[in-house]
Amino acid sequence: MTHIIGTWIAAGLTLAIFSFLYRDNPAYKFAEHLYVGVSAAFAVLYTWAFDIWPMLVDPIFRSRGVTSPVDRWILLIPAIFGLLMLARWFPKAAWLSRWSISLTVGIAAGLGIIGQIQGILLPQIQGTLLPLTTINNIILVVGVITTLIYFYFSAAHKGLIRVSARIGVVFIMASFGASFGYTVMARISLLIGRLNFLINDWLHLLR
Amino acid sequence: MKFLERMVNLDRRFIYLALVVVVALPLILKLVLPIRVSEPVREAYRSIEDLPSGSTVMVSIDYDASSEPELQPMLLSVLRHCFAKRHKVVLLGQWALGLPFGEIGLNKVSGEFNSRAQSSADSILYGRDFVNLGYRPGARALIVGLGREFRDFFSADYRGTPVDSLPLMRGVRNYNNIDLLVGLEAGQAGDEWIQFAGARYGLKIIIGGTGVIAPDMFHYLQAGQIKGLVGGLQGAAEYETLVRHHGTGVAGMVAQSTAHILILVFIVMGNIAYFVLKGRKKS
Repeated sequence: MTHIIGTWIAAGLTLAIFSFLYRDNPAYKFAEHLYVGVSAAFAVLYTWAFDIWPMLVDPIFRSRGVTSPVDRWILLIPAIFGLLMLARWFPKAAWLSRWSISLTVGIAAGLGIIGQIQGILLPQIQGTLLPLTTINNIILVVGVITTLIYFYFSAAHKGLIRVSARIGVVFIMASFGASFGYTVMARISLLIGRLNFLINDWLHLLR
Repeated sequence: MKFLERMVNLDRRFIYLALVVVVALPLILKLVLPIRVSEPVREAYRSIEDLPSGSTVMVSIDYDASSEPELQPMLLSVLRHCFAKRHKVVLLGQWALGLPFGEIGLNKVSGEFNSRAQSSADSILYGRDFVNLGYRPGARALIVGLGREFRDFFSADYRGTPVDSLPLMRGVRNYNNIDLLVGLEAGQAGDEWIQFAGARYGLKIIIGGTGVIAPDMFHYLQAGQIKGLVGGLQGAAEYETLVRHHGTGVAGMVAQSTAHILILVFIVMGNIAYFVLKGRKKS
């Protein structure tokens, strides 16, 4: 019974959202606001259940998942930084939140630099150092070099550089085309998913 | 002339209606096309197929409801493949709202296997053959930290059971105990798994991505940073074909093709109308 009610609610909300394709209307507005509200509530619940409780409350107050007192009490440092973030609500103490922001920006920047160099730049350079023995390899190497030349702005785009940059543009456009094609496919897939639900689970036309 | 003018000024609601019709009809008529499996999907399949039986595969659920039609069929196919090969599955996720889909997938596929099982040894059991660790925040920091020790982040599983009480998790401490990561990605988490778990710890990775992110994954595939790529609903259909279990991926392929044909027709007709009218105005 619960499943049937759930299916009808989901089908009704899907149709309410689809109705926007005809024109804006109260049914769409209702579904939109409901979605935002439920998502926000779900996110708050998840943050408490899978973040604050198991990673802060449980280890500090119930010693769960910690092996030493240091492991336990060191958690107070991120807890304090987390609370300082809330200082933004109070104009006089808002500056305190900058410490927390500095910490998160510092960590993100540090990890980002390592990730970009170790995870992208070096492996991608390695992946481009290919023997020019196959058509695929030649296209790949020419594509990389001419695209890099297109983004080289320290010299005027004249002569050979201009020709190379033009070839680079062709590769960039081909890449955009592939991305756009995949995006169209993805959006149609979402429509297929919803119609599949309406036809199969709701109307039972396929059973 | 009037027809061409109508084409140029066509009410977009007619396009929506036409799209719904061409997508719905193949689904209602249950039309199926033969699926040709592409090399990136075959490589992803081989990565799981070639693992010795009993290997540990980690699956990351990095999507939510908005990408479910594309990525859920991939999850189901990968789980069917893993359980058929008797691999252990450790499921976790970086998208809080996506974890219920992981739980649904595990329950569905383990249920299918258990309905055919004749003994406990044949069954797919929670804690022994698969676990759902759930969601933890942290993204990059989490990925780097898991390379050191899972318990620093996951002291309990999705259901609140301490991980050390789960037989499967007793042997899993960090990436050294994971044979393959299957990242099901709708956003940036895939790049982060590759950049941190792959590049730093040498974790073997295959990616199942939405159509939007799949093109951005090909350079990782070319450079050998990932071992296989399953892109979009088409990729899901190809994987379903390989595991010989047709689901919503294969069922949606005819609808996908008819929708693409319709879009192409509209693009061509719109352009013809535009250029003809432009030429007539000039003359």
